[in-house]
Amino acid sequence: MFGQIRFLSTTLILLLAACSDSNTPRVSEASAMPAETTGQAQTSAAQVSGPVVVYSSRQEYLIKPLFDRFTEETGITVQLQTGEEGPLIARLQAEGKDTFADMLYTVDAGNLWAAADKGLLVPLQSDVLQANIPAHLRDPDNRWFGLSVRARTIAYSTERVRPTELSTYAALADPKWMGRLCLRTSRKVYNMSLVATMIDRLGVEAAQAVVQGWVNNLATRVFSSDLLVIEAIAAGQCDVGIVNTYYLGQAQQKRPDIPVALFWANQEGSGVHVNISGAGITTHAKNPTGARLLLEWLSTAEPQHMFSELNLEYPANPDIESVDLVQSWGNFRQDNINVESTGRLQSEAVKLMDRADYR
Amino acid sequence: MASAAGKLSSQGSNLPFNILGLVLVALVALPVLVLFSQWATLGNGEQEIWQHLFDTKLDRLTGNTLVLVLGVGVGVTVLGVSLAFLLSMCEFPGRRWLDWALMLPLAIPGYVMAFVYLGLLSFAGPVQGWIRAQFGSSNWFPDIRSGPGVIIVLSLVLYPYVYMLARSSFLMQGRNLLDAGRSLGLDARSAFFRVVLPVARPAIAGGLALALMETLADFGAVSVLSYDTFTTAIYNARDGLFNQAVAAQLATLLLGFAIIVLVLEQSSRKQARYTQGEQQRPMKPIQLTGPGAWLACLWCLLVLLVAFIIPVAQLVLWVFESGAGEFDSRYPEYLWHTLALAGIAAALAGFLALLLSVFRRMKGPGGTFRSLCVRFATMGYAIPGSVLAMGIIVAFTYVDRTLIQLLGSGPLLVGSVFSLILAYITRFMAAAYAPVDAAIDRMKPSMIEAARSLGTPPARLLRQLYLPALWPGFLTAAIIVFVDVMKEMPATLIIRPYDWDTLAVRVYQFTAEGQWERAALPALTLLLVGLIPVIVLVRKSARPG
Repeated sequence: MFGQIRFLSTTLILLLAACSDSNTPRVSEASAMPAETTGQAQTSAAQVSGPVVVYSSRQEYLIKPLFDRFTEETGITVQLQTGEEGPLIARLQAEGKDTFADMLYTVDAGNLWAAADKGLLVPLQSDVLQANIPAHLRDPDNRWFGLSVRARTIAYSTERVRPTELSTYAALADPKWMGRLCLRTSRKVYNMSLVATMIDRLGVEAAQAVVQGWVNNLATRVFSSDLLVIEAIAAGQCDVGIVNTYYLGQAQQKRPDIPVALFWANQEGSGVHVNISGAGITTHAKNPTGARLLLEWLSTAEPQHMFSELNLEYPANPDIESVDLVQSWGNFRQDNINVESTGRLQSEAVKLMDRADYR
Repeated sequence: MASAAGKLSSQGSNLPFNILGLVLVALVALPVLVLFSQWATLGNGEQEIWQHLFDTKLDRLTGNTLVLVLGVGVGVTVLGVSLAFLLSMCEFPGRRWLDWALMLPLAIPGYVMAFVYLGLLSFAGPVQGWIRAQFGSSNWFPDIRSGPGVIIVLSLVLYPYVYMLARSSFLMQGRNLLDAGRSLGLDARSAFFRVVLPVARPAIAGGLALALMETLADFGAVSVLSYDTFTTAIYNARDGLFNQAVAAQLATLLLGFAIIVLVLEQSSRKQARYTQGEQQRPMKPIQLTGPGAWLACLWCLLVLLVAFIIPVAQLVLWVFESGAGEFDSRYPEYLWHTLALAGIAAALAGFLALLLSVFRRMKGPGGTFRSLCVRFATMGYAIPGSVLAMGIIVAFTYVDRTLIQLLGSGPLLVGSVFSLILAYITRFMAAAYAPVDAAIDRMKPSMIEAARSLGTPPARLLRQLYLPALWPGFLTAAIIVFVDVMKEMPATLIIRPYDWDTLAVRVYQFTAEGQWERAALPALTLLLVGLIPVIVLVRKSARPG
């Protein structure tokens, strides 16, 4: 038995030794530079040594092609660590100044807001980003920047609903939609953000009345994904729903004649609710210069168009065109409230949805 | 009670072993302790959230969780015990291959089973579509996104735990007990229910406890099927309310459920102590004929169809539809990572389980304390992987920082393969512990006494007595952990070193976006590879003859 114990402890130590080297963070010369630099300080790829480490809650297949392109152009490599946003942010926080990460890339402004709120992201003064990214899609304190836009709007059955019957998200609470509405679960951040924006626009009471109305109108239990909502509308389980546009794009790619279309909500009023995927530079980045170059590059023409190609989203940079399929849905007016509010009001929105028994 | 294993360790000095045991326990229990430590953070924000949870949904979620645990408990017991009885004690057409085939669902992750059946049985799916085409309406069709739906799905993936442990217990008893019962004038059925089943009870309870702890920890299947449980509330507190303290606090409450399960399991063991028969008589199975044989065969086939053939067929179809476009040159790498991680974790977990089991049985003071320690070290199984992962990250970064101060070197744990292995061991220690502990339980103290009174040296004792007796338990433990690690997703995601993607990580990146079809290829690969250890287990434990 003791022989085995000795063997075991030796194995553990060996493993420890073998694995410790593989991931020690490379210390670049750039790490001596403070992350907060002024817009005037021009940086170039030649000054950057070592890879940029990105913690990302975006899936690899949606984001890696962008980084590969960046590496081709600049010679700077990108190390991508994907994961769920909650644990990623917790990891960043736990690692503190020892973190490997130079950049945090997540979906949804709420997550970036939470990371910034915990002091994990550092402000960045960049003329490039100021010029390319509209003000409502970036942190007022410049700690994170939206890079792609995701619009959440109304999807309807082209067989059973006329677009003239539709107007706003709030109008879906009208009893005429009783038994005809499909929604995704309130636990999905997209719905938290939508309701957070409604709280900002309408106030808590009015927003709760709307959510209550939605719940009363539900045709069936809430779904676990937007694609399931679209399929349910197509199959006749319900007539209207609220989805992110790119999910309809995915459904149309699989089935071009799917009898579901998008309606741009709130065009007479506040505009379509949008959220972002975006990124910020970490407070304890070891390669802030590289991270800055990457972030700025992502806001330029080619990568901005790639966002549209890769996931049928909208470029955050308004000068860049989307792919044809996305353009076929027509133009719309965005809600220009700063997406930061979705983070600030998110927990309020979650509680509101709980009170309304929106599951 | 001075057990057989305790005597072995009392050979040498107990102190080093005691210390080693405590260190191991501490290492494995640290992430769980981190979660408990979050109770220290109970400020206004936390209290307000707790009040909110009480006011809105805590009662419903607790009810849902209880219903789920009860339902899955009944489901896996009925499936597992009935199949184990038929396949280990009876003879009927098809028995030989059904015996191993029915273990295969162990390789299917719960969330995969959930999305396959959601795709098939939802309103928009092919089954209801066909019904509407034929009869106009499918409104009477039960919704799979419901309590019963989740219970069925989880029972189908978790019954193999009960089946495996009950089956090996039945095989171990041989026909001896059944014959003994019958010689006392009982008919076959009452002999089974009054003699064989009670003797197998600890094994069944062990399998049941594993299945229920996995049920408590499940997030994948319940979220795919939109069924709110305690676990979903934990995620919501963390990702929705941005409050990690409350999330950790909720997770420790989840352990309350797990402790109830474990106490029940323990009490089922306490009442009796069973040891292995001296000699295994070759078993003569009950020959089923006529309708009995047909029914037995039909039941087994039905379970196999629903729990394995249909999901696999659906995955194959999806791979076919989405083309093999997802396949790329990195697949061998994913495969190698998956196998290496699972292999190392399985071997180490089995080994540590053995040490812990011996540690618990050691003579000397502090027995209750040691039992408690071991209980604690096996708690990780009932905590959702993603939540435990956060405990692991916090614990490991803390250890790292201490090491940096002591040794002056860079971080050792976080982002290393070692930490990932340690995370797996923390998460799956219970799965390794149950079969190993049961194997030690079954050893006959009298045999060891006899050998020792003859002056057999400890090394030989180990080689000739302990190892043969413990090997089956160790193998079962290692294989369960192997398969569990292969399927594990949340902890792998957050702790894996750079560029260490596994098959489960591949599955996640598509299921996270609701793209089931594209997830089919990695899921199918995962499943096929998972079959290898399952088949090994089956071959090692098949009924002789």
